[in-house]
Amino acid sequence: MNFQLSSEGQEFVKKELKRYETKESAIIPCLFRVQKENAGWVSSESVGYLSQLMDIPEARINEVFQFYTMFNQVPVGKYHVQVCCNVACCMAGTREIIEEFCKEHNVAEGDVTSDKRFTFTRVECLGACDKAPMMQINDDYYEDLTMDSAKQILRGLK
Amino acid sequence: MAEVKMLTEHYADDSYCGIEGYQAKKGYEMLKKALKMPPAEIVTMVKDSGLRGRGGAGFPTGMKWSFLPNNGEERYLLCNADEGEPCTFKDRMMMERAPHQLIEGMIISAFAVQSKKSYIYIRGEYQFAVKVLEQAIQEAYKAGYLGQNILGSGFSHDMDIYVGAGAYICGEETGMISSLEGLKGQPKLKPPFPAVKGYLRKPTIVNNVETLASVIYILRDGVEAYRKFGTQKSPGTKLFSVSGDVMKPGNYEVPLGYKLKDLIEIECGGLKLGRQLKAVIPGGTSAPVLTAEEANRATLDYECLADMKSMLGSGSIVVIDDSRCMVDMLGVITHFYHHESCGQCTPCREGTGWLNKVVSAIKAGNGTQKDIDTLCKVADNMKGRTICALSDAAALPVLSFVPKFRSEFEYYIREGKSQVRGISYAQMHH
Ligand SMILES: Cc1cc2nc3c(=O)[nH]c(=O)nc-3n(C[C@H](O)[C@H](O)[C@H](O)COP(=O)(O)O)c2cc1C
Ligand code: SF4
Ligand code: FES
Repeated sequence: MNFQLSSEGQEFVKKELKRYETKESAIIPCLFRVQKENAGWVSSESVGYLSQLMDIPEARINEVFQFYTMFNQVPVGKYHVQVCCNVACCMAGTREIIEEFCKEHNVAEGDVTSDKRFTFTRVECLGACDKAPMMQINDDYYEDLTMDSAKQILRGLK
Repeated sequence: MAEVKMLTEHYADDSYCGIEGYQAKKGYEMLKKALKMPPAEIVTMVKDSGLRGRGGAGFPTGMKWSFLPNNGEERYLLCNADEGEPCTFKDRMMMERAPHQLIEGMIISAFAVQSKKSYIYIRGEYQFAVKVLEQAIQEAYKAGYLGQNILGSGFSHDMDIYVGAGAYICGEETGMISSLEGLKGQPKLKPPFPAVKGYLRKPTIVNNVETLASVIYILRDGVEAYRKFGTQKSPGTKLFSVSGDVMKPGNYEVPLGYKLKDLIEIECGGLKLGRQLKAVIPGGTSAPVLTAEEANRATLDYECLADMKSMLGSGSIVVIDDSRCMVDMLGVITHFYHHESCGQCTPCREGTGWLNKVVSAIKAGNGTQKDIDTLCKVADNMKGRTICALSDAAALPVLSFVPKFRSEFEYYIREGKSQVRGISYAQMHH
């Protein structure tokens, strides 16, 4: 087994297991932690690892893992570009933006670019509709976009 | 009456976010007052204030609280900060600008219902709000507003945050409870209602962020003064998240009963130059769409919108002008519900799939005139037959968009392209 959490990560898991009324409530926060330490996605191998660490059956963890959209079941680029394509953002032109991104980087939605830098995904409303069109890159919101500013933001990422 | 800043009075002040700035504006004073009152008296005040839940369903808050059984069982308070209803962004602002307001409202509410433990269930995308709240909860513990024997009152309360991981259905109260229990976020059959058997099968009160914060002002101003705002059946102020085709989208706090037309024209600066109003979605995408004529008559209260066969919902308002294709807009909405159905109930799982498939076919230029009836029939069959209200929420947009803008759907089917845009969405956006 290759995947392992850092020692801080392991400490985190220990604490979360005791934090809530039920041990199983720790599954979501621990999956987030794994995702963070595993380049933005959760492999089946890491679920196995977590299962041992938490002493919770793998199937039980998978049930939660597969239910929620914020857990990535396949590798993602260094920058996970999540473009909101719900009502207000569509009205403001986000579908055109994500299509342009994919064209410019020659990649299909949900796939990783060949330089491993980007994954482009459509997501549902992120609660920033007054600042539409908007997108989220990793943890950060980028709002009031235009086609040009959106491209500029990608270029500006290290 | 225009904007009334009760909840949002100090939101422009950056220091309000921290405990000192919050206290400088009389923050936590109402907690001190509450702790000296008999808890039942607070419940009565909230009942008499007529406060209705701000999360979507509009259920009377005080009444919900009084459903708690008196059996000595431990009680939980859950704050619903999942804010998944498309085009709603008021709770995020509240948590980012005024975390202590929510915390104070929660401690008062917890005291009123005698709960020793609460969670704020917040959607995982709201990373910044999570950080702000974590810090604020620590500050509140340090100041003695949380923990054992709060301010020497004998009342103890612990508060924690639980961060969701992306699922609209976790905003539904029993879905949220499942999620917090470490299960898939699937709703449970009601009854029993959470107030009787909720989190860990214990009596549980679930309230929205805005509802819990509002409790402070009922206590501060008293029932009568609070009821001066709003209407007889919809007292108080409410935050509305306005987006779409207006000059100044944003959150606005107005008294309930305020004219929708005024909100659009005064607060939001009207439509873009040369544009006409076509439609308004008044309460999140689950709320049936209003035509321009209806929107111009509507007042923002629970009764008026119910009379118009729509709803106030979460208070998110999407303004749609005459440059928009209603077929395309409905497509975005049916896609959303199809994506978010948790799949437990057949009418919802199959129905959301069908609706999305049919609207997509129309958008791709492959529609037939029969599709219009199919859409309405499928949507009709999804209503009132499922574990939770998502199925109805998915059906209602269809049952309003299609009849109210029928000629646009017919045109699209006949010509294979949008009447408004003159294009087909087939090549685009798929
Ligand atoms: C599909 C669905 C999604 C919901 N999403 C939310 C939400 O994001 N936030 C919220 O406060 N209530 C949401 N609700 C309503 C909750 O079930 C519940 O009524 C509410 O949290 C109660 O609080 P309130 O009475 O203070 O409004 C949703 C309901 C349904 C059926
Ligand atoms: S109505 Fe839909 S979302 Fe609600 S429980 Fe049933 S399948 Fe799940
Ligand atoms: S529709 Fe994009 S943030 Fe709400």
